[in-house]
Amino acid sequence: MIYFDNSATTKALPVVLDTYRKVSEDFFGNPSSLHAVGGKADEMLQSARAQIAQLMQAKPDEIYFTSGGTEGDNWIIKGTAIEKRPFGKHLITTAVEHPAVINTMKQLESLGFEVTYLPVDKRGFINPADLKAALRDDTILVSIMAVNNEIGAKQPIDEVAKILTAYPNVHFHVDAVQAIGKGLMPSLRNPRIDFLTFSGHKFHAPRGTGFIYMKEGKHLAPLLTGGGQESNLRSGTENVPAIAAMAKALRLLLDDEAGKVAHQAAIRQHIYEHVAQAANTVMFSQLTPDFAPHILTFAIAGVRGETIVHAFEQHDIYISTTSACSSKKGTESSTLAAMRVPDNVATSAVRISLDEYNTLQEADAFNQAFDQVYAGFKKLMPAHAE
Amino acid sequence: MNYSEIMVRYGELSTKGKNRQAFIGRLHGNITKALHEFPALTIRPKRDRLHIELNGEDSTAVMARLSKVFGIQSYSPSVKVAKDMDAVHEAALALMNETVPQGSSYKVYTRRSDHTFELDTNEMNLNLGDFFVDHRPDLKVQMHQPDFTLRVEVRREAIYLSTQTILGAGGMPVGTAGKAMLMLSGGIDSPVAGYYALKRGVDIEMVHFFSPPYTSDSALNKAKQLTTKLAPYAGYIEFIQVPFTEIQETIKATVPEGYLMTVQRRLMLRLTAALAEKRGGLAIVNGESIGQVASQTLESMVAINDVTTMPIIRPVATMDKTEIIKVAEDIDTYALSIMPFEDCCTIFAPPSPKTKPNLDKSRYFESKLDVAGLMERALAGVKVTEIKSSDEFMNQDQDLITELL
Repeated sequence: MIYFDNSATTKALPVVLDTYRKVSEDFFGNPSSLHAVGGKADEMLQSARAQIAQLMQAKPDEIYFTSGGTEGDNWIIKGTAIEKRPFGKHLITTAVEHPAVINTMKQLESLGFEVTYLPVDKRGFINPADLKAALRDDTILVSIMAVNNEIGAKQPIDEVAKILTAYPNVHFHVDAVQAIGKGLMPSLRNPRIDFLTFSGHKFHAPRGTGFIYMKEGKHLAPLLTGGGQESNLRSGTENVPAIAAMAKALRLLLDDEAGKVAHQAAIRQHIYEHVAQAANTVMFSQLTPDFAPHILTFAIAGVRGETIVHAFEQHDIYISTTSACSSKKGTESSTLAAMRVPDNVATSAVRISLDEYNTLQEADAFNQAFDQVYAGFKKLMPAHAE
Repeated sequence: MNYSEIMVRYGELSTKGKNRQAFIGRLHGNITKALHEFPALTIRPKRDRLHIELNGEDSTAVMARLSKVFGIQSYSPSVKVAKDMDAVHEAALALMNETVPQGSSYKVYTRRSDHTFELDTNEMNLNLGDFFVDHRPDLKVQMHQPDFTLRVEVRREAIYLSTQTILGAGGMPVGTAGKAMLMLSGGIDSPVAGYYALKRGVDIEMVHFFSPPYTSDSALNKAKQLTTKLAPYAGYIEFIQVPFTEIQETIKATVPEGYLMTVQRRLMLRLTAALAEKRGGLAIVNGESIGQVASQTLESMVAINDVTTMPIIRPVATMDKTEIIKVAEDIDTYALSIMPFEDCCTIFAPPSPKTKPNLDKSRYFESKLDVAGLMERALAGVKVTEIKSSDEFMNQDQDLITELL
């Protein structure tokens, strides 16, 4: 099996699951309990938090645990909307965000908030000048993803941060779900960023794990109120085994990050160069440094994306249409639409997404399978092909 | 830099006349204890300084330990070279390049115990000065208060070079001033008081009162963990835990609310004095600061101090809370001290204790108790633990956690 759908989810690592199981058995107490069994679980929880903080070059009280990327995005956006309601009702995001951001913004619009969706150019990037023009006195949040989940475009976070330096009261949120472990740490640690969202299952931790970074001194209203866990900002008994497993997965992910990034980039280049040779392919991800190393999205003109996915499945190779979250609904990609890719091309797009454990041998096998898949589709392609 | 030895200069003790040998002997012992994790070291105490030959041990780690030994005025890491001027030049240049920034002022200061060496002190100073004119033209010579002094020691066996003089912890070698009992609660003040007692050469033993089930194991462990923070200054510290539950319950049942605290403190002081007498302690140290809380007014001190004639040293008595906190942060006890575990001073604390208790009333209310019997039973339940700096009481699962994460 060749698994090239790591932006949808990753396989939890055996050593990470070992931690999950051992912590479930030996640290099963409720961290809020007063007795020693609870204290032991709390020690594990705080140690996991300290480790994640250290890996993120942050302070332990800047890390809050969540159930994943969707919760993190919802919390930061809605939490800002509630917290900063007296100061304004205007939010800015981009047209290419993950649905966890876009649909949260839409919900806020239905409640009377105003949202500006920054457009992208044909390569998939926002123009920082558009952000500058969109900022208003009543803007309370700017939410921009670090790496686009559909094509891998790295949005100009540092330039945005520079613009927002003049607007210190505007919350700046970066959805970093696809960016962690992909060589973007310097941008993610830009001092102007107030909030970051992360999801554990994108880096070999169990499902249902995630964390946000909230810069010291920034405030969010809680979404989940209750027993007062996570400094009274995210109630619910802490999922200590999963949190410990996530802390371990993050440590493993960031060990030799540069080497892993180079490795994934080499695999992506190997596939890119092969696929781009074919006459009827359209490449959406580029090899330039403004694209993340692990995502390669392309279309075979005239063939529906889901047909391509199933054709590769015949070779035991697993890829996806542009985003697993929207792929089952059969809607075309929102990112490609925002890039003004014609519908008939956008519906032909598929995404390869790598992790650090994929190999060049797998890339070779993919390229061989690609030739067969491509040849099989020839009669579906426009007449002038080859 | 690959240093070969660290030269240690003694503090105040050089003025101590005929006790000098005892002081040096004690400091030698304390340094040996502080450096026991570095087996390759050779430590040689001399009349006016002490030499630690590193024999390959890490100089930075050794100096980190030395910085917590009282009785040291300063120390200098130095490089040992053969008695050959080419070797001296090469090593001196390497040392200066690493430790002396561009454009600094400096002077050369030579001491010679081997008077047979070819160059005398002036010639050595001039020789190295000329050498640096050619090899570090950015430096300027300044005899009065230079940024750096290159110290050259010509000894019988070799020549030693150093550029750094690092201030030591000062004070007196721990143990030279005898032993005292420190009343350690778990708050911010008492560890700071202990630090100051150690600094004046007083060896301390911790006396901690605990009242299960009103106080938790966490509170006891916190006091032990605080002890690990002071242990580096003393080598190790005896921690004496005194069960206090029966006394507190009895006082609560017998004494009017306004005098609960005063009588309780009298009992604590009686027990501490009894322990001191039994264990060879000459004084009691505590973290009282005048007027900070009800038990620390001068009137309270009169009413409490009444039970013993043993000297009570109150190192932080005249310090402001902010000053105490600053020291607590420097000695790394602050973060532990503010952890919220109830200790036996806070349980049964009345809403409004007497800030000006009357001595006669305090004596009277105490006389209603079977003081001798209560003390005898408390002292019978005493437990003593020897605590080292490397001991871990708060996070006992940390090794397992580290492995799992």
